[in-house]
Amino acid sequence: MKKRLAGLTVALTLLAAVSGFSQAPQKPAPSSRDSRAPSFGGQASADRLVSAAEVGRSGGQLVVIERAEPRTLNPVIAIDIPSKDIVWRTMADLIHVNRETQQTEPALARSWSVSPDGRRFTLSLRRGVRFSDGDPFDADDVLFSFQVYMDEKVASPQRDLLIVGGQPIAVRKLDQETVQVDLAEPYAAAERLFNDIAMLPRHLLETPYKEGRLAETWGLRAPAEAFAGLGPFRFKEHVPGERIVLERNPYYWKVDRAGNQLPYLERIVFTFVPSEDAQAVRFQSGEADITTRLSAANFAVLLRDQGNRNYELLDRGPGLDYTFLFFNQNNLGEKAPQAIARKLTWFRQLPFRQAVSLAIDREGIVRLAYRGRATPLWGHVPPGNKLWVNRSLPKPGRSVENARQLLQKAGFAWKADGALVDKEGQPVEFTVATNVGNTERIQIATIIQDDLKQLGMRVSVVTLELRALLDRPLTTHEYDACVLGLGGGDGDPNSEMNVWLSSGNTHLWNPGQSQPATPWEAEIDVLMRRQLTTLDAQLRKRIYDRVQELVAQNLPLISLVSPSVLVGATKGLGNFRPTVLDHHALWNVEELFWRRRPSGAPQ
Amino acid sequence: MTGDAMHLASSSPRASVPAGGNGRGYRMVLGLLGLVYASTVFAGFLAPNDPAAQNRDFSFAPPTRLHFVDGTGRLHVRPFAYGLERVRDAEGYEEDRSLIYPVRFFVRGAPYRVAGILGGNLHLFGVDSPGRLFLMGSDDYGRDQFSRFLHGGQISLFAGLLGALLSLGVGVVLGGLAGFYGAWVDETIMRAAELFIALPWMYLLFAVRMALPLQIEPAEAFLLVLAVIGLIGWARPARLIRGIVLSARLRDYVAAARSLGASDLYLLRRHVWPQVLGIALTQGALLVPQYILAEVTLSFFGLGVGEPVPSWGNMLASLQRYQVLSSYWWMFVPGLALIPVFLLYYALADALHQRAAVFSL
Repeated sequence: MKKRLAGLTVALTLLAAVSGFSQAPQKPAPSSRDSRAPSFGGQASADRLVSAAEVGRSGGQLVVIERAEPRTLNPVIAIDIPSKDIVWRTMADLIHVNRETQQTEPALARSWSVSPDGRRFTLSLRRGVRFSDGDPFDADDVLFSFQVYMDEKVASPQRDLLIVGGQPIAVRKLDQETVQVDLAEPYAAAERLFNDIAMLPRHLLETPYKEGRLAETWGLRAPAEAFAGLGPFRFKEHVPGERIVLERNPYYWKVDRAGNQLPYLERIVFTFVPSEDAQAVRFQSGEADITTRLSAANFAVLLRDQGNRNYELLDRGPGLDYTFLFFNQNNLGEKAPQAIARKLTWFRQLPFRQAVSLAIDREGIVRLAYRGRATPLWGHVPPGNKLWVNRSLPKPGRSVENARQLLQKAGFAWKADGALVDKEGQPVEFTVATNVGNTERIQIATIIQDDLKQLGMRVSVVTLELRALLDRPLTTHEYDACVLGLGGGDGDPNSEMNVWLSSGNTHLWNPGQSQPATPWEAEIDVLMRRQLTTLDAQLRKRIYDRVQELVAQNLPLISLVSPSVLVGATKGLGNFRPTVLDHHALWNVEELFWRRRPSGAPQ
Repeated sequence: MTGDAMHLASSSPRASVPAGGNGRGYRMVLGLLGLVYASTVFAGFLAPNDPAAQNRDFSFAPPTRLHFVDGTGRLHVRPFAYGLERVRDAEGYEEDRSLIYPVRFFVRGAPYRVAGILGGNLHLFGVDSPGRLFLMGSDDYGRDQFSRFLHGGQISLFAGLLGALLSLGVGVVLGGLAGFYGAWVDETIMRAAELFIALPWMYLLFAVRMALPLQIEPAEAFLLVLAVIGLIGWARPARLIRGIVLSARLRDYVAAARSLGASDLYLLRRHVWPQVLGIALTQGALLVPQYILAEVTLSFFGLGVGEPVPSWGNMLASLQRYQVLSSYWWMFVPGLALIPVFLLYYALADALHQRAAVFSL
């Protein structure tokens, strides 16, 4: 409990820091305050969570554009963005990461306590909470939900996170309102484990689960009656290929400061528009109320037209995504052809990577590929990740001159026509691969191509379909360099263990090593494992700062930019405060309301 | 009698080529096309800038306006361009009237090669640095669209021309063989032609590109495009030529010549070829625009030559983005340029067709 309160203070301070770039009308602190609200109509014993957001008015619907139809409506196996966007409007978790403060806050668990050794959590559940079909929620549902998430056969993407110290977490019921969770070893930020673990209705899913039909039961074709959740909305209708309609959950467990039951909106309609450009056009024409993940280019188009239209656009600054260039540093052994082996010797040399990093015009990338709506990066944690970014990393400016000196010292030389050659006189030529359809990344690669020409390197840009592209660094190792991006998650270093551990299978530049190939990779391994079990938040931050330093010094990933989170919404949407974390504009959907009707007529 | 017939068939066309209007139009079309092609061959000299040079401060700059009268009302003999300045916090540029860059002729600038051999750095015109001359605006990277357009024409126009020559060459040989020898030769070649017509060439190209290594030189990519459009395109001209050869072979005078002991080679050269030539050329003139379009299409989808080498197709590719499509009209120019080029080729085909009609009287 103490821990949580400490967290809340930090959250409020941070909020003050960020409110500067919010263009939406300023609201009081949005973090929710726990309280027992006996005033709630009819259910005197119910534990309601009181939202601190501006009090709004009920009614209206929200039309949201998604890039594709969801693959599933089952939160346990949802992995694609549309599925998550839709499913999470109907679901809730025990402890939630507030997307705005980036801190944990109580959700279905009204409070929790941690044992001094950090291995035992005791969670008190909110009383009198009901699923969207009216059935009560209690500790049995919690146990059932964890059982499903940890079942190997269900193959939930979150399963790995629930295995701590090599053992699945143990969830026990103390009574109908209390559950106890035991971890095999202390785990930093353990309360984040509960974030995004949806509490499932045992009364609906236990039979299908036992029969192995869980995936279909909450598939796209299931009828609305088959669903029940604890989120602000519930399923109403699915028109294949066209839309999914959610309606207000009358049993939702949050109220506003005036005691009105949330959510305010009657309906959310998700429509599916496949291309980013078509989404922008639809939004521009007023066919949708919210569009997230706008590209900087389309943002510019919409911005130019803003005066004539009934929408507002928000640039929330850099998000958690970061885009980087990395070189193939795999040890291909004897089997590698001569030509590739020679390239790998360049790529493994630190001065080579430093020279490349120095020659890249990050400001130019921000200006050309993102029309200024991105932030140049010199470390892999973007400034959008407020809690973890190491602000003291050096930011060496672009210098072709210094880059050439580094190359020269490393034994490279230039021919009369300016072409760079290695010690054996072989010309330095390589490809930079990126994925088809990602305009910004292709532009970045083209800019890098031109920048490295100034060092005498001959670079060709190759575009591949995303899956074929990922296959190269992760499986076949047949590539020279790639421009890729990482991001999402809640910004906690634990979500990137797989990237930074040398044994990790997404350790992009040299995945799945049995022994760390370099001393700095060995050090990162130690640091990442240490932060995982460090409970002292400040110490943990210092450890991760050191990881960022090592990455910036050794450049396994040459960080380039962090794109800004760009969103648009119809004017007059109250409590609209999109965040840089996932669920950008929808994270507080229960608090959204129309100040007036979307048509423009006052309500 | 037969001798006369043979004589007539072969020599009368030569005697009756009209020297009148048709010939003049034909020469004019040829001349214009030659001019278009020459301007792309000498792109390095005609273009003021290096087509790959990025000006990162001038992304999507509109076409540079040339002035004769400056802000003070003074008339300049040389046209001049004002300096360019980015409008703060907005998308767009404005002229900086304090900076005047007169257009100069025969200036030294970026080095280039003509047809891959002749090197030079002399440009027909240009402005002094740091002035910029973007006659057709600039693209995402601030590269001069006009220079890219001229250089891009080398790829697009020659891919069309060489592709047409290749497919026509193969088509004439195979179609001629099929038509002249008939029987199983005809059967085999024509079935193969049908097979080729039925091939989904776009997917074939995707497949071919997949099989190639990641890094492929612009020249290789060009040859690949050429080979694909040329070799897949042979089937249609082959069918046409076969028909003509077949009908020519069955003419009475050909049968008569054969009965008099004329060799295959003689018959082909003397009786069949003159009939085929006109049709083949007309067909060729019609194929070129098709193949130019094929190259543009392939590059548009990223299957042609890669960055930073321009082609009209990859220049148009940026129009796939809504922002570019809706904001920068000058990015359409390579697409618009296809229209006059195609019209010239159709006019050429028309002229050739009329000549061929005269030939085969």
